Amino acid sequence: MTAAVSAVVPARPRPQWRRIARRFLHRPMAIVGLVLVLAFIALAVVGPMLTSDPDLQDFQVVLSPPSLAHPLGTDDLGRDVLARVANGARVSLLAGVVSTAIALVVGITLGLISGFYRGWFDAVLGRIVDVLLAFPFLIFAVGLAAILGASLTNVIAALAISQVPAVIRIARGEAMSIRDQEYVSGAIADGSRDGAIILKYVLPNAASAFIVQATVAIPAAIIGEATLSFLGLGVQPPNASWGILLTGAQQYLAQAPYLAVFPGLAIALTTLGFNLLGDGLRDALDPKGHR
Amino acid sequence: MIRFSLRTVGLAAITLVLASIVIFIGVRLLPGDPAQVLAGEQASPELLAAIREQFGLDQPLWVQYLRYVGEALQGNLGMSTRNNIPVTDLLLQRLPVTLELTALALAVAIIVGVSAGIVSAVKQGRFPDYVANGLGLIGLSVPSFWLGLIAILLFSVTWHVLPASGFVPFTTDPAGNLRGMVLPALVLGVGLSAVLMRQTRSALLGQLSADYVRTARSKGVGRGTEVRHAMRNSLTTVVTVLGLQLGGLIGGAIITEQIFVLPGFGKLMVDSVSSRDYPVLQGAVLLTVTAYIVVNLLVDIAYAYLNPRIRLNGGTE
Amino acid sequence: MSTIAAAPAAATTSAVLEVDRLHVEFSTEGGCVMAVKDVSFTLGRGEILALVGESGCGKSTVAMSIPRLLGDTRARIEGSIRLDGVDLATLSERQMRHVRGKDISVVFQEPMTSLNPAYTIGRQIVEVIRQHEKVKRSAAMRRAVELLALVGIPDARRRLSAFPHELSGGMRQRVMIAIAVACDPKVIIADEPTTALDVTIQAGVLDIFRRLRDTLGTAIVLITHDLGVVAEVADSVAVMYAGRVVEQCSTGEIFARPAHPYTRGLLGALPSRALMRGGRRRLADIAGVVPPPTVDPDECQFAPRCPRATAACVAARPPLAPFVPGHRVACIHAGGEETA
Repeated sequence: MTAAVSAVVPARPRPQWRRIARRFLHRPMAIVGLVLVLAFIALAVVGPMLTSDPDLQDFQVVLSPPSLAHPLGTDDLGRDVLARVANGARVSLLAGVVSTAIALVVGITLGLISGFYRGWFDAVLGRIVDVLLAFPFLIFAVGLAAILGASLTNVIAALAISQVPAVIRIARGEAMSIRDQEYVSGAIADGSRDGAIILKYVLPNAASAFIVQATVAIPAAIIGEATLSFLGLGVQPPNASWGILLTGAQQYLAQAPYLAVFPGLAIALTTLGFNLLGDGLRDALDPKGHR
Repeated sequence: MIRFSLRTVGLAAITLVLASIVIFIGVRLLPGDPAQVLAGEQASPELLAAIREQFGLDQPLWVQYLRYVGEALQGNLGMSTRNNIPVTDLLLQRLPVTLELTALALAVAIIVGVSAGIVSAVKQGRFPDYVANGLGLIGLSVPSFWLGLIAILLFSVTWHVLPASGFVPFTTDPAGNLRGMVLPALVLGVGLSAVLMRQTRSALLGQLSADYVRTARSKGVGRGTEVRHAMRNSLTTVVTVLGLQLGGLIGGAIITEQIFVLPGFGKLMVDSVSSRDYPVLQGAVLLTVTAYIVVNLLVDIAYAYLNPRIRLNGGTE
Repeated sequence: MSTIAAAPAAATTSAVLEVDRLHVEFSTEGGCVMAVKDVSFTLGRGEILALVGESGCGKSTVAMSIPRLLGDTRARIEGSIRLDGVDLATLSERQMRHVRGKDISVVFQEPMTSLNPAYTIGRQIVEVIRQHEKVKRSAAMRRAVELLALVGIPDARRRLSAFPHELSGGMRQRVMIAIAVACDPKVIIADEPTTALDVTIQAGVLDIFRRLRDTLGTAIVLITHDLGVVAEVADSVAVMYAGRVVEQCSTGEIFARPAHPYTRGLLGALPSRALMRGGRRRLADIAGVVPPPTVDPDECQFAPRCPRATAACVAARPPLAPFVPGHRVACIHAGGEETA
């Protein structure tokens, strides 16, 4: 209930990044999330350089519990679990970020065009998205992985394609609501070119929705990769992936439980980090919304 | 209401038809020649041609599709290439396991998730809210297959209280069946509980600050009645989330069955991929997607029932 | 109700509701907001008091603080609100629940959102009846039909099973009034009850309030920014500005002899009494804006917008003082001829 302020024609609202950053940094859980995500990236980028060869087999130390030489123990072939977890992080980061990036670029492009122009393109694309969303995410990914064959590249492709429909839907909704805003109608009336309007007005104003979507999509893709690999449809042994490590651990649950604990903990902490980061960003970008 | 239902059913039917085409084409894209798979590696070109003709594989794709659909509508989904059993029989044999697993997991998720969400919203910013939020975040972050492994590690390997695997049909041994289902259902239900908890909480928080709740308070009702007013209007969100998350539940069932060695649908699907038993894969995916579409249709109708505005106006809000 | 009946009799005889030196503060991120400052008034049986002012002047906050509906955590309330001599602040939340809906009920501004969209009208009326009286559902239903008829809803019996969205805004507001009067309250707080309604419907709704007052002797606090509404139904008026009452008198007096420059500004845009009647008249546009509610300087808060402001106005805050008997105003220039 504030006093009536004289109404001014709304200018293009600019997301106030500085304020958003401050709000974000005010939330301890968001910082925890950021730290976890940064730790994950560090593990993926630097980890493999600092640890020993993940494929080096040492039959002297088969299934040995965590020790100074092998902080996370060794597996059934005497391979260092820490080195393999670090390598798995690299695979996860690759799968998570690359597949999400592809899905965002493709999905945002199609979705913005579809929502901005409506018409037949929107109708056809909307129908296709509906049909693709009729497939449960994992079943779609399993099917694609089966078609493409098991490899890291194909897993990334399968995850990217599986994520596209949801991104299209979000981008379309954003484009439709932003298109109706006064500053866009103004730009259209001024005779700006459509492409310029989409790039200058629609995309920046929808950015926060896409950032939040990315924090949802990346952990989903990371778990997706681990799941496909766990099921034998993704990265193939002897390559290290968190899913592969867990497949191996399954047989030695009784003798070497640490084999199952550490890779899973890595997945859980990474996902937790992205979830906290996403919650924090959502709150910072939309302080009025309920968490 | 009737017009609304008809339109919803019609849209679902179109989606189903299109999805079946996608599945059909998808299976044709799978590596390997179906005739080759049937005839074996050493088959002569003549034998391959004969098989193609026998199974109509030499026909144009759309003819093959129509034939498949025609047969499917009569309950015939082809023969498993691996063990020469009708796919339909195989599916019906596996269906009860998956249905039981998902139903139990769903029950767990609804009971735990919705009640935790209510408590969390009502006690917003206080201890129970923090606990529920913390557990919710953990539940959301822990992948179900790892949770399954840890559950087996604790309950089966370490404490020997529940079996890690070994499915017993409910009809043979109800107690044994349930004992075997406890861990899988809990593991599968955790993720959905977390999602439901968070969504219930945020929907309820939004509704609790609605004008009509203030009206209720101005009537002198207690906190419980206020919450009931708000919860009644949050149910649409809960139902919508359930519908959206069912896909995740079905996906989760695949993995859960794999971990706990349950002879269900998901296991059938993954096995059929690795053994290149494409008729089985096609049938299993088709049935899963059909079930998914039907359940979403029911969700839409339930949504309309819960929201009088849609129920009476027949469509748009 | 026993809690109130058992309490000592009120000092003043005829007053149902006494608001005495009410202060309301909200703590927000931007600091402490003083929404209501030193507001006092009494309301007799069957009296309709209008609280008038621009949006943000604190009138709704006053209204919501009476039945203690402000939301307990953020608001800090000082002063006393006495219902039949009982200070409501001393009641527990449980005791307060017996007051709400029974002794004090509220009609809110937004008929579109103030009813639960998922429940039928009948259920929402029955709820308040059965909350306060031990009656069977069927008896409560019969009462609901009578109440709907009382507030002028045709075909009342059939309307019981209608959902809010099936009714027009005016009908919904009538339902809200039916809920408010269901337990024969002593005081009804009506927070802008006609603002969201069409002009043609407003008169009918106001008429219901007048009838309730005449037949049941209900006292009504009417929050409005519409001087047409004031002229139509109110017995007395309190004009609020920036959280304070700046002028207080009978309705006839305020139109005949507006003393505060702010009140005069409000009335200035009224072309004539005739147009006002039944017509929808918003408060006049007075140049300038209301000062931020986070500061409370010892000066006349209206001075920056006042055509007659002098140095004396900002030297000290003018108290709400008698101007003529029964007419109080907070202005050192009160009564002088307007030069503009």
